[in-house]
Amino acid sequence: MSVRVQREDFDIAAEVRALTDARTDIGAVVTFSGIVRGAAAGRALSAMTLEHYPGMTEAELARVEAEACSRWPLQASRIVHRYGELRPGENIVLVVTASAHRQAAFAAAEFLMDYLKTRAPFWKKEADAQGRGEWVDAREADAASAERWRSGE
Amino acid sequence: MRVTLRYFAWVREKVGRAEESVELPAHVATIADLFAWQRSRGAGFADAFERADVVRAAIDQAHALAGQPIAGAREIAFFPPVTGG
Repeated sequence: MSVRVQREDFDIAAEVRALTDARTDIGAVVTFSGIVRGAAAGRALSAMTLEHYPGMTEAELARVEAEACSRWPLQASRIVHRYGELRPGENIVLVVTASAHRQAAFAAAEFLMDYLKTRAPFWKKEADAQGRGEWVDAREADAASAERWRSGE
Repeated sequence: MRVTLRYFAWVREKVGRAEESVELPAHVATIADLFAWQRSRGAGFADAFERADVVRAAIDQAHALAGQPIAGAREIAFFPPVTGG
């Protein structure tokens, strides 16, 4: 189980290999990666800058990961989240979940993304083609996605 | 009580600073009290804290609710709803 917050890019294959190397108890690996889009609401974007709260970000990601491990039988997991100025097409976030069987890996990956979107202290500022920046508002839909994991508790 | 206050994203831009160390008045006991106190600190603060429902807070790097007491806090942060992922 590990979380990392970094400016530099990540290599998805290398991250998966780090989790599965020399192990034979993992039967399923799910990866999700989030990528910067080149447009938002019909407006072309030149860059997206992610600000975060060093210290709290790592703590919050670790709490979200621990929550996933308490809900599903995961053999391993990893969250890598980038910050700083990113261009369209660049990676933003990576979630990897590994389990004996696919169901836990799929569900836990979706849970991790839903939870980190509403809990990890990141803020996005999008710059348009002229370089004008605008903060991205939190989406109601993201809050609803995170909320549905609470039903039945 | 002396505490470090930190600001992020548009809250930081509106108050014109990322961090400060302040001596809080004795009557400021909860996050909600702190919001009210912040609104009294000038135009940028009044603007940033105008709508308490769109500014979030964290005490010592963990999410905090409006009614939460701040006694013993070392660091309190203010920020818009998060947009990670």
